[in-house]
Amino acid sequence: MTSAEIQKAILDILASIAPDEDLSKLDPQKPFRDQMELDSMDFLDIVMELRKRYRVQIPEEDYPALASMNSSVEYLLPRMKDIPAA
Amino acid sequence: MIAPHPDCQRIVITGVGLTAPNGNNLREFRESLLAGRSGVTRYETRYFGETVAGVCQFDELRYQSRKVLRRGTRAGSVGIYCANEAIRDAGLDWENVDKSAVGIYVGVTEHGNVETEQELYQLKQYDYDIQYWSHHHNPRTVANNPAGEISLNLGITGPHYTLGAACAAGNAGIIQGVQMLRLGECELAICGGVSESIHTFGIFASFHSQGALARHEDPAKASRPFDADRNGIVVAEGGCLFILERLSDARSRGAKIYGEIVGYAMNSDAYDYVLPHPERQAECIETALRRAKLSPKDIDIVSTHATGTTSGDVQECLALRRVFGDNGHTLFNNTKSFIGHAMGAAGALELAGNLPSFEDRVCHATINLDRPDPECSLNGLVANQPRELPKVDTILNNSFGMLGINSVVIVRRL
Repeated sequence: MTSAEIQKAILDILASIAPDEDLSKLDPQKPFRDQMELDSMDFLDIVMELRKRYRVQIPEEDYPALASMNSSVEYLLPRMKDIPAA
Repeated sequence: MIAPHPDCQRIVITGVGLTAPNGNNLREFRESLLAGRSGVTRYETRYFGETVAGVCQFDELRYQSRKVLRRGTRAGSVGIYCANEAIRDAGLDWENVDKSAVGIYVGVTEHGNVETEQELYQLKQYDYDIQYWSHHHNPRTVANNPAGEISLNLGITGPHYTLGAACAAGNAGIIQGVQMLRLGECELAICGGVSESIHTFGIFASFHSQGALARHEDPAKASRPFDADRNGIVVAEGGCLFILERLSDARSRGAKIYGEIVGYAMNSDAYDYVLPHPERQAECIETALRRAKLSPKDIDIVSTHATGTTSGDVQECLALRRVFGDNGHTLFNNTKSFIGHAMGAAGALELAGNLPSFEDRVCHATINLDRPDPECSLNGLVANQPRELPKVDTILNNSFGMLGINSVVIVRRL
């Protein structure tokens, strides 16, 4: 997957977790939690959905890397580059 | 005839919120009951396949965001809808109600089976690797979930819990509300019962294995208590929550009062896992009558529990004949014949469906009674067509459940 494809994958997951949010104005540099209602259980949904949809394993100590869109893509790119886009 | 309590100990119903397979508020529900309109439809569920069920069609998004809906449970959603509708119906100035003085008491037949079955089904897709088991499983399956979701939705900080009482749960929730108001544990009770049971395959499969699941070519005719051709239970979902208040509080705010809960009782058969015991049922009814200081002939309408099983209906009729005999006055009806068995919600829904009779003076019928079973004979059974009455002052509501749990609630018009 490319950076753009990973970004779309994350947006799809966020849309399923927070279907009432307008994600079109999400700033990729800012933490998700500063821009949308996202509690710790929602955050675990992101981890779970990445695991379910792409079989990506994210150890707990790496969770801070998923704080914003940019940091997530940067973290996930080496781990998902060999995965074909859905 | 007059209850011995001062007004601050007399408990009245001032609001009703419900979803039933044939109505999403009391007006729609009552219209369906008087029109003979069934809410039972064809239904297909995982593993079990085609069957019939009572399915609710309420607007889940009226009181919940899509995000919260996804987070919670079907039982929670049913509860949230009913609680909000009840508060609205009661005409409460909700913004200014002390939320710490509100108690939530929700009867459930069971809770958690829907979520556990769903998780196991999904886990199978991942070859039972438990790292795919949801972190939402525990908050969804704790037994207080349906009541807790109401508390979260409405910002209620008073006590909330569920009462596990099999199919007597709707009455059990109401009784708990009465008791907590009398004890001063709350100023306002939101109570009754909910059920999401049609979303588990297990309940259908288990009744089927027991030889107690209804089947009929025409779904609307599948639920037929007291009929000779009955062949079991139609599983239904639903919910009904009441607003209960002390009579003194209801009067001081000029609330519409549906009726007063003048008597109740719960007891146990101590007899069998599934078979009912007419003597204990009769004792439960008699205890409720004694507490209400009423005699059997003072009861205008008995809302029967009968579920359409071969044995259960006969047993309840034995109990009813023992208590009410042939008094020439009391009428009997059955709401499950319209909606199926809404499990934890059944007792509350069946009481609610009868409450408007205080005003419209009509006893709704038991439908699908084409060939009355002689073993279920009840003088005063209102068959197929509603019956108009000069007046209705008292309703006695039966609700019984597995493991021999019996409950009776008596409501009187004020």
